[in-house]
Amino acid sequence: MLPIESQAPAFNLDTNQGESRSFPDGETVLICFIKEDCPTCKLVVPILEQLHLSGLPMLVLGQTKDGNKLLIEQFNLTMPILDDSSLKVSFAYDIDTVPTVVQTSTDGIISAELIGFVKTEWQNLLGQNLLPQNMDNTFDWDALPDWRPGCGSLSVDPLIADRLQAEAENSPLRARKIDIAPADDEFEFMFDQGFSDGLPLVPPSPERVLRMLAGTSRDSQEIVAILPPNLAEATVEKVAINAVMAGCKPEYFPVVLAALEAACTDEFNAHGVMSTTMGASPVMVVNGPIRNRIGMNATLGALGQGNRANATIGRAVRLALRNMGGAKPGGTERSTLGNPMKFTMCFAESEERSEWDPLHVERGFDPSDSVVTLFGMTSGPVLIVDQTSVGSEQLARSMAMSLQNVHHPKAYMASDTLLVVCPEHLDTLQRDGHMSKAELRRVIQASLAQPLKQLVQNDASGVGVAAATLDKMDEARQNKLVTKFPKDEDIHIVVAGSDAGKFSGAFHGWATGPIGTISVSRKIEE
Amino acid sequence: MSTILDPTDERVPVARQITPRPTAITGNVALLDISKPRGNVLLDQFELRLKERLPGVNFNRYSKPTFTKPAPDDLRQEIRQRNDFVIEALAD
Repeated sequence: MLPIESQAPAFNLDTNQGESRSFPDGETVLICFIKEDCPTCKLVVPILEQLHLSGLPMLVLGQTKDGNKLLIEQFNLTMPILDDSSLKVSFAYDIDTVPTVVQTSTDGIISAELIGFVKTEWQNLLGQNLLPQNMDNTFDWDALPDWRPGCGSLSVDPLIADRLQAEAENSPLRARKIDIAPADDEFEFMFDQGFSDGLPLVPPSPERVLRMLAGTSRDSQEIVAILPPNLAEATVEKVAINAVMAGCKPEYFPVVLAALEAACTDEFNAHGVMSTTMGASPVMVVNGPIRNRIGMNATLGALGQGNRANATIGRAVRLALRNMGGAKPGGTERSTLGNPMKFTMCFAESEERSEWDPLHVERGFDPSDSVVTLFGMTSGPVLIVDQTSVGSEQLARSMAMSLQNVHHPKAYMASDTLLVVCPEHLDTLQRDGHMSKAELRRVIQASLAQPLKQLVQNDASGVGVAAATLDKMDEARQNKLVTKFPKDEDIHIVVAGSDAGKFSGAFHGWATGPIGTISVSRKIEE
Repeated sequence: MSTILDPTDERVPVARQITPRPTAITGNVALLDISKPRGNVLLDQFELRLKERLPGVNFNRYSKPTFTKPAPDDLRQEIRQRNDFVIEALAD
């Protein structure tokens, strides 16, 4: 309901006879909202007809076209009923219940409102110089009940209210509206426009985008990030549109927003990640309470298909970078092979399964914080198939052997890795002495360290140190041990997967460090 | 008819005019290495050959800090202010 003494919104509607009526018109003092299938409305319709017959300047608005016709026939009405079947006036007046009667001054200031039917209220209102002189004698108030509750206004029907909000003047939506002709298939249309990653998209109707925006308290026009490579200003609304297309629920939206913020930092360097011929892509790990609240998968098949949150959050980020940032294959995205992570790669850490500090706590966040961390990765998950190592040291060194292949067995000091330890491997690592993450990193680095001269280019591989470069070094320098990963911390470790199966996985990084990409964590603001 | 909202940034790129092409190479030529492997080898060869053919031209070498990011603004400004031409060596 609009407040008393506020200005009643102006409107222009047609009557059932096709005549246009406007408000304010300098005369009208009552506006009545009714709908045909409401028994209380039918109760008051004879009163409204009497008021009309007595010459009271009033407007009656009906909420369905067919219902208006039925009322006129059923009650043999002479009063016109204005067609508010679009419900825009009901919405503008913030009507929750019908019947609602709004009393105004002739210049449109609201002075009173009646909701439902309370006989004494109606009598009091109409008695304030509104009631026609002869009405008390002709109208049988005693035949009416003392009160009847009203019915819900159609304008607050959940299926309709979102559309009305989207179309209202104060709508948070500012994006360009694209009308799709009835003869066009909207799914094919979106493919044709180049909006898709190759899979069907959910049409981002104004109603759906509005519901997505309900997932955040941020203003729809706030700039979330500047998206490379086109340096596009991504508003909350624009991100919401892409999140709808990806298939997200509104409760996933804060994760999408935080992930995009992380992607568009200088450290993460989405410009390079999305455009490199190596085919890198953001890999997103979600930690904290929001994982469980929105139903993310951290266990069986966490890195695969089948979970809506995992699948659509990653896809939303990817679609935003594509549609706003312009990262399209063949354009600025130049990946030689591409990889399936470019569709989506997002999963949650199985924090409850591990006694290790989860990823976000390692990175300085509180355990109760919800955090998304982005890694720029070029391949993965590459399986570490080891079903027979029985001790922590043996398994750690075995894992290291698999990690030798990150980029190339002779590529050293070039990349980071995201090691996803499965629960059975975790149990093995912790069975005999509770190997810490730090110890696991040390064992991997020590196992893979090689003298520089072992990495010289040769007939078997051009990857490695050039012989001419090596020849300029003294013996000590040539024998100096080089680690596989620049720093121990470049081995990122999380726990995920089902309780059955000794199959961990590793994502292989891209150019690690300021030269390329640095993983970035962002707190998810809900 | 159904309505969807535009998922793009709705910007129409500005059509830029190409700088008129000179008929002869004079003045200063920037040789920009984007810092990919062996880009410097390619530029070394360019510089060698071009100096033979264009003895009156100055060649200035530049390099981006990393090939993965756009050139910093100050580097772009410096190249623009001090040079008439740019040859950029991409990669590998």
